[in-house]
Amino acid sequence: MSSPAEAMAANPTPTQNEKSADSLLQIRDLKKRFSLSGDFLEQLRFKGGKLVRHQEYVHAINGVDLDIKRGEALCVVGESGCGKSTVARTVMGLIKPSEGEIRYAGERIDNLSARQLLPYRKRMQMIFQNPYASLNPRMTIQQTLEEPLWLHHPDWNRQNVEAKVYDVMQSVGIDPDWGKRFGHEFSGGQRQRIAIARALAVDPEFIVADEPISALDVSIQAQVLNLLMDAQRERNLTYLFITHDLAVVEHFGTRVAVMYLGTVCEIATTATMFAKPRHPYTQALLSAIPRLEDDRPQHIRLSGEVPTPVNLPSGCVFHGRCPHANARCREEIPHLQTQDDGTRVACHAVEEGRL
Amino acid sequence: MTTTTHSVPSRWQRLRDSYLWYSFKRDYTAQLCLAVFVCLVFAAFAAPLLAPTDPYDLGQIDILASELPPFWIDGADERYTLGTDAQGRDLLSVILYGARVSLIIGFGAVALQALIGVCFGLLAGYLGGRIDAFLMRLADIQLSFSTLMVAIVVGAVVKATLGSSFYSSYAVLMLVLIIGLAEWPQYARTVRASVLAEKNKEYVDAARVMGLRSKRIMFRHVLPNTLSPIFVISTVQIANAIISEAALSFLGLGMPETHPSLGSLIKSGFDYIQSGSWWITMIPGAVLVVLVLSINLLGDWLRDVMNPRLYKG
Repeated sequence: MSSPAEAMAANPTPTQNEKSADSLLQIRDLKKRFSLSGDFLEQLRFKGGKLVRHQEYVHAINGVDLDIKRGEALCVVGESGCGKSTVARTVMGLIKPSEGEIRYAGERIDNLSARQLLPYRKRMQMIFQNPYASLNPRMTIQQTLEEPLWLHHPDWNRQNVEAKVYDVMQSVGIDPDWGKRFGHEFSGGQRQRIAIARALAVDPEFIVADEPISALDVSIQAQVLNLLMDAQRERNLTYLFITHDLAVVEHFGTRVAVMYLGTVCEIATTATMFAKPRHPYTQALLSAIPRLEDDRPQHIRLSGEVPTPVNLPSGCVFHGRCPHANARCREEIPHLQTQDDGTRVACHAVEEGRL
Repeated sequence: MTTTTHSVPSRWQRLRDSYLWYSFKRDYTAQLCLAVFVCLVFAAFAAPLLAPTDPYDLGQIDILASELPPFWIDGADERYTLGTDAQGRDLLSVILYGARVSLIIGFGAVALQALIGVCFGLLAGYLGGRIDAFLMRLADIQLSFSTLMVAIVVGAVVKATLGSSFYSSYAVLMLVLIIGLAEWPQYARTVRASVLAEKNKEYVDAARVMGLRSKRIMFRHVLPNTLSPIFVISTVQIANAIISEAALSFLGLGMPETHPSLGSLIKSGFDYIQSGSWWITMIPGAVLVVLVLSINLLGDWLRDVMNPRLYKG
């Protein structure tokens, strides 16, 4: 299946122009802060006899740059709380970014109103993590699948809509006769298929999948993953695929972005990433995959904990746990830099050739 | 998941399979209460057919037959099963008509409360922010007045400005408005709490990603999932509204003597309780107690069934 990956590897250094030309979604310096301090009255504190306004934020994403090319499956990996899901939800307009911009097919979409976004809703759809919560318990499957069609095709009649629902249910492997049933009458895997059908119903070109298989039984995960890959092949879909399962990335992804504490530390094609991880965090992450062979080097143990996203560390967010950190890492924030094979890494040590 | 049968259960079948029905079949109190409640509601709304006389028709009232006792006491007139009140009206007929007035006010007031409360609760919970803060402070202010105080003030103002005959002719409407406006915060708070829990679920995000408008998401997606607590408080609120109406009528702020509700019947009989005609007060009182008790017990049962902590469906 890895033909797109090989094609990418064969063409290692795309120029900036080429990249923006074929990229479907561009994320530039995206930041999102969530306030912890409550409303205005709760923010007021007495400090040294004076009333001051004190605000605290969780820095969920701190300057993420991503380009998603047409037809690829970009996987975003990282541990819990690193901002993967926040990126996905910001892209879909479920939360407004604090700073930065998102462009879809060249048009800025992060500052649009709900009504202006409507044409984009048809082109980009989302699949959620928990299939037990993502279907409205009071609606039948038929109603759930018809709703986006009525909204986006106001000129369609009942026959058109029902035919489309029939098609899309069949394409995800759900018996169209089950349409009158409710979500709770299905298993987790079936519900996730229905959720996928809902996303595919409006014929989108771009799908954000936020850990779509992590809530499923292991035996079902492969089926749903294959369904997503079949849909990609048949409909020429582009995926932004959030996951924390590296095996899935290897199977599914064209390219991988590794996130740590709200920043992207490395973006590479899947093959390059697994063969030659550059960033110290990626190296540690990949070495933690359990393998059968025992001639591999010992896995890298990181010391300490992930710092709190409330008070971000200065400089590189990873410096506190990085075995290669030096004074520069503690002060200066590294930016993504393109390597000679097209991989982009945000690390001073890689840049200086220390690693 | 069975794949052999594709038959889709009908609504009736769904009800038969539901936990609600299962629990109802085993709960004799609930069955008895529902039976009593349905009988009372039927009798009240069929009053023009069932009642031996029309208490609103002055031609049928015989003042000479006033204060006659019910049939089991000596001196009863066989025409009047439950005796007559101080104006010579047949007590059974007045109770049936009065129960109808009480029920109309109870249901009407609760419908108004639910309409205002559900809308405000949905808006506050779903939109959040300043709208939430404003509506909830409004609810707090409303809750700091008691229903009786609102009724006394509104009743006094309306009677003073528009005259007491105007008040009497629109008494049902006035009581529905007063009780409805005084108690909407109960609904608003309950709905808001459920909406806050529901709106973070992924199906709401899915609806937003689909591009649906907030109004549709609120009423089509969030509201149907907050119905259980609404049902539960509705039963309690109907009982409360009937009691509030009775209390107001007892204080002379409710239904006029000519169109009595259960509360105003109790009040009118209260003047004669010392003179031995206890039935004018006690029988409507007993009907009121049975009505409210059956609604409250039904509400208790419904709360037990629908409490998501006890049972998850």
